[in-house]
Amino acid sequence: MTLGTPDITLDLEGMLCPIPIVKVAKALKTMDVGSVLQATASDPGVLIDIPAWARTTGNELLSIEREDKIITFQVRKLS
Amino acid sequence: MTQVQTIPTPEEFQSVVSETAPKKLSMVVFSGDMDKAMAAFIIATGAAASGIQVTMFFTFWGLKLIQDGNRTGSSLFGRAMGVMNRGGIDRAGPSKFNFLGMGRWMFKKMMRSHNVASLPELREMAIDLDVRMIACQMSMDVMEIPRETLIPEVLEVAGVATFIEESQQSQSTLFI
Repeated sequence: MTLGTPDITLDLEGMLCPIPIVKVAKALKTMDVGSVLQATASDPGVLIDIPAWARTTGNELLSIEREDKIITFQVRKLS
Repeated sequence: MTQVQTIPTPEEFQSVVSETAPKKLSMVVFSGDMDKAMAAFIIATGAAASGIQVTMFFTFWGLKLIQDGNRTGSSLFGRAMGVMNRGGIDRAGPSKFNFLGMGRWMFKKMMRSHNVASLPELREMAIDLDVRMIACQMSMDVMEIPRETLIPEVLEVAGVATFIEESQQSQSTLFI
């Protein structure tokens, strides 16, 4: 499920911990509150780590799903 | 007239504290081993990316990770140590299976083939994420490591009191 067009997209495929969350955090810094980031990744750790990161930082994880080896997620910036 | 004071319950107190106090993590980086340094920098960058203020206090062998690679030392023993334990994050070897540098080469190769960030890249990321790096004055004195041989991003050279002050304000403290 995707929720409309994201404001920013990121390609995190092939990247391993901790780079995905560092890149997501850096991208979010440049975004306005309320805007949405969508990213694709391939490290299975992302499935567990992005939700944890969202809980820690207080941002909203709109969706995260895996299709074959590719994980797609959307985050709304709240803080 | 008596004054009535309401004492906050632990829950109320905790909620006030967690709302006002910044989230902080402090870390003693004692080891200069490649694998332990990887753990230290991965935790530091991950925490910083999660909005936590991170302080890394580099002491003893950990100083190697923030030296620029120059040979150091002025006395006989100091010079010998500067040659045997030459600084520079790129020279850090794993705590097991180093085999006089073969292990370091092998680990670097394996990490690259799996697309894991190298130690210098992780340190770069930490700097980029404003991780505060402090070098231990006492270890620098003992090991005869001059201030100029540290990377310029290390802005502070301090002692245990500075670390304790920082760790007192942190929700978690690690020793690596």
